[in-house]
Amino acid sequence: MQILISNTSKEPLYNQIKDQIKKKILSGELQEGDSLPSMRQLAKDLHISVITTKRAYEELEKERYIYSIIGKGSFVAEQNIDLIKERKFTAVEEMLTEAIANSKEIGLSLKELEELLTILYEE
Amino acid sequence: MEHVIELENVTKSYDRFRVSDVSLKIKKGFVTGIIGSNGAGKSTMIKMILNLMQPDSGMVRIFGEEYTQHEKSIKDRIGFVFSKDVLYDELTLLAQKKLIAPCYTRWEDALFYQYCDMFKLPLKQKLKTFSKGMKIKATLAIALSHHAELFIMDEPTAGLDPVFRREILDILQDIMLDGEKSIVLSTHIMSDLSSIADYITYVRQGNIIFSKEIHDIQDNYVVVRGGLDLLDSDIEKFFLSIKKTASSFEGLASNRKAVEEIFEAETIIEKASLGEIMYYMEGGHCDVAIN
Repeated sequence: MQILISNTSKEPLYNQIKDQIKKKILSGELQEGDSLPSMRQLAKDLHISVITTKRAYEELEKERYIYSIIGKGSFVAEQNIDLIKERKFTAVEEMLTEAIANSKEIGLSLKELEELLTILYEE
Repeated sequence: MEHVIELENVTKSYDRFRVSDVSLKIKKGFVTGIIGSNGAGKSTMIKMILNLMQPDSGMVRIFGEEYTQHEKSIKDRIGFVFSKDVLYDELTLLAQKKLIAPCYTRWEDALFYQYCDMFKLPLKQKLKTFSKGMKIKATLAIALSHHAELFIMDEPTAGLDPVFRREILDILQDIMLDGEKSIVLSTHIMSDLSSIADYITYVRQGNIIFSKEIHDIQDNYVVVRGGLDLLDSDIEKFFLSIKKTASSFEGLASNRKAVEEIFEAETIIEKASLGEIMYYMEGGHCDVAIN
């Protein structure tokens, strides 16, 4: 499992790890039942503190992306990917609605909004 | 046993120095870094942890036991790695091993040779020919060969070049893999700590200023820089320390969120490194290398 972290990023290390594992699960690269490296092994591989990987794993557990069995390790939990995607889609829809409302308030046209979206999307 | 080291209300005074009413718990399976400038009391605490010095009052428990009853069994499980030479210069590593091995009940020769091989340590060369990094590796090999569970290290990476330092840190991360061992190290090299320490204990003038998880520090301690006009007596209360110049200030705060809300975009707010935290807390006079 490849995880790349940046020491200069503003994002805390445990968040970087958490987000990358989440992404791998949502994209299907990691599948239900796949085992993750032990948090101690991962800490060693990334040259970071054990407590950092521990925190990332704990948060992933809390959000039910993974589960851990004492003495065996951590595994990808059963995911209802469709449900997660649907939830994300709803969130995108809501935020776009809000963006549209804000645009209308300041008189931003659909075309201008599209352009802005394109720029931001491609960043 | 959750804690490998417990100090309870420990006090020790000698000459003009005093460690007063210190309480500290060190968790099993993690790396704890002790920071503080010279003379802050780090070594005194470590000596008390090793029973090289006894507290005037208070309790020291290692692996949940006290030295008064269990000295031998406690020391059997501790490996210490000091920057000052603890090996005999005139001996070869092999001769040094013969001297040390009988002191430990769980000594394993095979393991010792395996580590010497792994660390590329010559067995038949006098120790005085060893570089500083090699000596540290030799003491690590010894500690590992008697199955130490608690590694106490006083400045293990001091005076080492960056490549050697990285190597030592890698060895320490290897030691941590099984989750059964614990490391306590004191150091001046702050960047080493941020890559392996799980907990940081900051000692100043014989007191423990804080003992925190490394995230707690990284997420909350910030250095704020801005114009003097932003400060008033209420706002200054948010800072642990402020340094002012003619037109601007720099301050250390331990409550990132609050500070970000007050200042918004008018200032520069940056994560404080361990070195910076010490620098500001000591009023700008300390001998620490800022990262």
